[in-house]
Amino acid sequence: MSAVPVLTPAEELTVVPKRHPGRWLAAAVILIIVVRMAISVLGNERFGWDTVNTYLRDVSIGSGLMMTLGLTVACMVVGVVLGALLAVMRLSANPVVSGAAWAYVAAFRGTPVLVQLLFWYNLAALYPVITLGLPGVALDANQLISPTVAAILGLGLNEAAYMSEIVRAGILSVDHGQQEAASALGLTRMETMRRIILPQAMRVIVPPTGNETIGMLKTTSLVSVMAVHDLLYSAQIISARNYQIIPMLIVASIWYLVVTTILTIGQFYLERRFARGERTLPETPIQRLRRLLRTHAPSVRGTS
Amino acid sequence: MTAVPTDRPADRPADPTAAQPTVGSAKSPMVIAERVHKKFGLNEVLKGVDLTIDRGEVVVMIGPSGSGKSTFLRCINHLERVDAGRIWVDGQVVGYEQRGHHLHELSERAIARQRAHIGMVFQHFNLFPHMTVLDNLIEAPRRVFGADREEVTARAEVLLGKVGLRDKIKAYPRHLSGGQQQRVAIARALCLQPSLMLFDEPTSALDPELVGDVLAVMKDLAASGMTMAVVTHEMGFARDVADRVVFFDSGVIVESGPPDQVILDPQHERTRVFLRAVR
Ligand SMILES: Nc1ncnc2c1ncn2[C@@H]1O[C@H](COP(=O)(O)OP(=O)(O)OP(=O)(O)O)[C@@H](O)[C@H]1O
Ligand SMILES: [Mg+2]
Repeated sequence: MSAVPVLTPAEELTVVPKRHPGRWLAAAVILIIVVRMAISVLGNERFGWDTVNTYLRDVSIGSGLMMTLGLTVACMVVGVVLGALLAVMRLSANPVVSGAAWAYVAAFRGTPVLVQLLFWYNLAALYPVITLGLPGVALDANQLISPTVAAILGLGLNEAAYMSEIVRAGILSVDHGQQEAASALGLTRMETMRRIILPQAMRVIVPPTGNETIGMLKTTSLVSVMAVHDLLYSAQIISARNYQIIPMLIVASIWYLVVTTILTIGQFYLERRFARGERTLPETPIQRLRRLLRTHAPSVRGTS
Repeated sequence: MTAVPTDRPADRPADPTAAQPTVGSAKSPMVIAERVHKKFGLNEVLKGVDLTIDRGEVVVMIGPSGSGKSTFLRCINHLERVDAGRIWVDGQVVGYEQRGHHLHELSERAIARQRAHIGMVFQHFNLFPHMTVLDNLIEAPRRVFGADREEVTARAEVLLGKVGLRDKIKAYPRHLSGGQQQRVAIARALCLQPSLMLFDEPTSALDPELVGDVLAVMKDLAASGMTMAVVTHEMGFARDVADRVVFFDSGVIVESGPPDQVILDPQHERTRVFLRAVR
């Protein structure tokens, strides 16, 4: 311990935050590497940046992007709704109900999603006419199960299996005392689930669901095997014409990246919203930047 | 846990035709528990508990860990279903409706409605962490009774004032100390205007210096005429506030009487052993 100038009155002392020169050094090194890589990539004409630039705003790429977004939303809606239902079923006291949910998850999680997609695509081979077991219902499977419908069924039903585990983990993460207190206050089981348990479970459910959504955005590219005109398939159609395979893949990748970035930002604010009541809320990027500037900025003397 | 033989044989379910207490009248007891039995698997936790609590009476329950105090409290508001016997609260059989010689289990909603008239305070507070203090208080009255928001909010404000937390109305539970949380939990239970309050070791999870505030609130509540059943190890509170102390052991009530008698001059050996241990 160094000697403390005992005679300085405490209110005249200023606090000087610790400096971190190592951090500045590491930041500089990384920055240099990144800039060099960027120059190398952008300077290499075999990447075909002109083609990339042209097709980035191409109409058919745009409609492919819309299809990809639409599929992602539709599949996630199916996945979340059915997943929540399966999760509640899994927690049911009725063994037949919870067993059925268990079997569903086992079947859909246990087989490759590409296989499931192709199953739905070829459903007409198994059931040419769909009756749903109801009298007077006779639907032509080939017409009903278009490639797009097969895609939504395949990806959505598969997603439900994963989502059910996520929702179940969320529900189980809520302390049992919450259920007790709600019951003691006279809330019914449904009211308790909706008002007390699920809002708290959201803290656990939202982050992996964000991951699932981002994963789904990319998994939808599998539907190109069924000739659904999604983002990737639209890019492939163009490259089949102009032989610019790499630039077209870059075009698709850029759009995937843009959307995942937007989704990530959305996820952050959603998580913040469900963290209400926590001791500390996660910082927004602006708050974080302000704090970093405050602690790392060259010394500003505090008022004394 | 080994079953300790009791002098009372394991009773059959209470006979529903047995003389019924005068129900719901101002003079009738608030709680009548008749030969209450409860098993968890093979473990018989309550072995025929009889207890009557009068209106406005404060009964403190003491007894060793695992003797069934919590289970009995939870039976009173049907958080646990009794295996045999019957509990009346405010003139109604809890969880059941008697039609002729049969007890029919009530619908979930009807049971929930019954519970709303019985307040319960837990050892670990169990406030809803995603809601502000105010929302914790008004949630149940709004859902259960469809109460008007303004009206319940006004009531909540008065109650928070009574427990000394009027200024915390917008705070979230995690920003409060344990003692403050427990006082909010008491206010939350009171916001439903219950006719009976159950407390399960309300101060056991608190730092010693916070216990006093909670006990003071409970003391005020007792003085206001609330009927209370309190499981606690706070012998000082029992002596000051209780009208009666009952001693549980191995699923039966061994001894019951005025606090000074049970605490200072216990008649049963088991009570004496327990009291020596908690001192
Ligand atoms: N849900 C349950 N399932 C199985 N056993 C249980 C359950 N709840 C309580 N028990 C058992 O019942 C017995 C009585 O428990 P109870 O909580 O009523 O005791 P207690 O008198 O409140 O004890 P403590 O002072 O420790 O709180 C214990 O042996 C306990 O293990
Ligand atoms: Mg207990």
